[in-house]
Amino acid sequence: MKIAVCAKAVPEQARRIDPATKRLDRSGEPTLNPFDANAVEEALRLKGDDPGAEVVLVSLGPERSLDALRKALAMGADRVVLVSDEAAAGSDLVASSYALARALEREEADLVLFGQQANDSDGAVMWAAVADRLRLPLISQVAELTVSDGKLRGKRQTEFGYDVIEAPLPSVVAVSDAINEPRYPSLKGIMGAKKKPQETLALSDLGVEADRSGERGSRTEVYAVNEPPPRGETRKIEDDGSSAEQVVEFLLERKAL
Amino acid sequence: MSTLVFLEHHDGELQKDSLGVLGKAVQLGGDVAALIAGSGVEALSEQAGRFGAKKIYVADDPSLDAPLPQPRVDVLAELVRSQGFDTVLFAATVLTADVAAGLAARLEAGLNWDLVDLAEEDGKLVGKRPALDDTVYVDVGWKGEPRVALFRTGTFDPVESPVEPEVERVDVRLEDFSTRATMVEQAHEESEGPSIEDADVIVAGGRGLGGPENFALVEELAKALGGAVAATRAVVDAGWYPYSTQVGQTGKTVAPRLYIAVGISGAIQHKVGMQGSNVIVAINKDPNAPIFEYADLGVVGDLHEIVPKLTELVRQRRAA
Repeated sequence: MKIAVCAKAVPEQARRIDPATKRLDRSGEPTLNPFDANAVEEALRLKGDDPGAEVVLVSLGPERSLDALRKALAMGADRVVLVSDEAAAGSDLVASSYALARALEREEADLVLFGQQANDSDGAVMWAAVADRLRLPLISQVAELTVSDGKLRGKRQTEFGYDVIEAPLPSVVAVSDAINEPRYPSLKGIMGAKKKPQETLALSDLGVEADRSGERGSRTEVYAVNEPPPRGETRKIEDDGSSAEQVVEFLLERKAL
Repeated sequence: MSTLVFLEHHDGELQKDSLGVLGKAVQLGGDVAALIAGSGVEALSEQAGRFGAKKIYVADDPSLDAPLPQPRVDVLAELVRSQGFDTVLFAATVLTADVAAGLAARLEAGLNWDLVDLAEEDGKLVGKRPALDDTVYVDVGWKGEPRVALFRTGTFDPVESPVEPEVERVDVRLEDFSTRATMVEQAHEESEGPSIEDADVIVAGGRGLGGPENFALVEELAKALGGAVAATRAVVDAGWYPYSTQVGQTGKTVAPRLYIAVGISGAIQHKVGMQGSNVIVAINKDPNAPIFEYADLGVVGDLHEIVPKLTELVRQRRAA
């Protein structure tokens, strides 16, 4: 079985939006999106000790992303394919999902895994766009996953409880962070990660047309970055034995009781 | 502007947040239509008419029985293409996030998510989107049409504006890959009492309670107030309280009239799930807990002392 894990490098610190480009400032040290570690862990669990199975990381981002993706290699993933192209900067969902789908098509994986969200954009939508482009079945928010006889069974967490959904391979699955506890890379894993195949592709290698990437290929835009609206006044009291009464008074005052 | 609002339903009820988004669409003006997709759902169009949908498309087909995203993408894509909607709006849930993103890819349409408002400014539609742990509010837009948007849950309350809706059935034609994922077992609401998303009053407990047995304090206060009980992710993960009550980034987003946070430090992951609450009261022993930065009233003290007293006082008040 071949499993592709879509993983993303996100800035570790200094999360800010560059006022000039109105894009996320990605100059800080990149780190593996923590939610993607759950997808990597699940892929490694499914791979088990099957020598014929392979876990390949597929990512989109600046060249420096490799530093972060190496953590997933150290965990045990076999190789990484990074689509890195200056022309891809500023890509929105439509543009990113297109490039990612093209890179995934090349891999022809049996299973494409995603983590639950990106912790930089707070996006939790990429998998559905990619599944549509790849014309593959989709199960998201999966808290439990089993694969047997070419079929997947996923337990999906929703607002209403848990659904059980089945799909044939190949499929796209987005796992929730409740699915597992990602392992820490071992020292041996860390040492070995650098030697694992790390391929960097340009958009042209994937046949992604210039007008379908970056800002040109995007259908959304950012007009302005503003201060959050101020919340009303906050009041803080120290309990002196009468705070329960004070809370009730406050609730009455605010007509909340 | 011609807007299509996707109305989600569960157990024969249109979801409150979907109706809230419908209300927003009606308020923005132009032609507003709604789509109800499912099996045996025709009766739901009456509910939708109460909230201002003049035109209601009903996609009623056994293949739409299970709440799976991909068949819904097919129905929406067809409808948007044939009717020329320029805007498609969703209240974000596990289901609709997948539907909206699939639709965006299918139609090569821009998708903005996590919106807390949408307004027309200088002839352009502008979405308001909190980002980076809500430390900034970003004005986002679309470069072309159709525009697709997901609103944060709990953003708009439904507004009744009854109309006699024109109901039109739409043909359901599905892509081959859209029906390969199948529902084996569908979830039904497992929590007892009012669902936290519909609750007018919520009392939530966090790690500060010290242990699962102390949730009784929270339950008693909630009962006295006629409200529902919620929990933080930390205590749900620890197995103190069921997942269906989890508020925050990976749980539910709520916006009750009153939210009382007991023993909750109020990290951003929790904040995003409840900051829309009308009045927030926090009780915590740590004076530096982040929740005090956005609670309308913060009480620094021992919850074991304060909460039972508060429960008693509320009981007396409400009995009077």
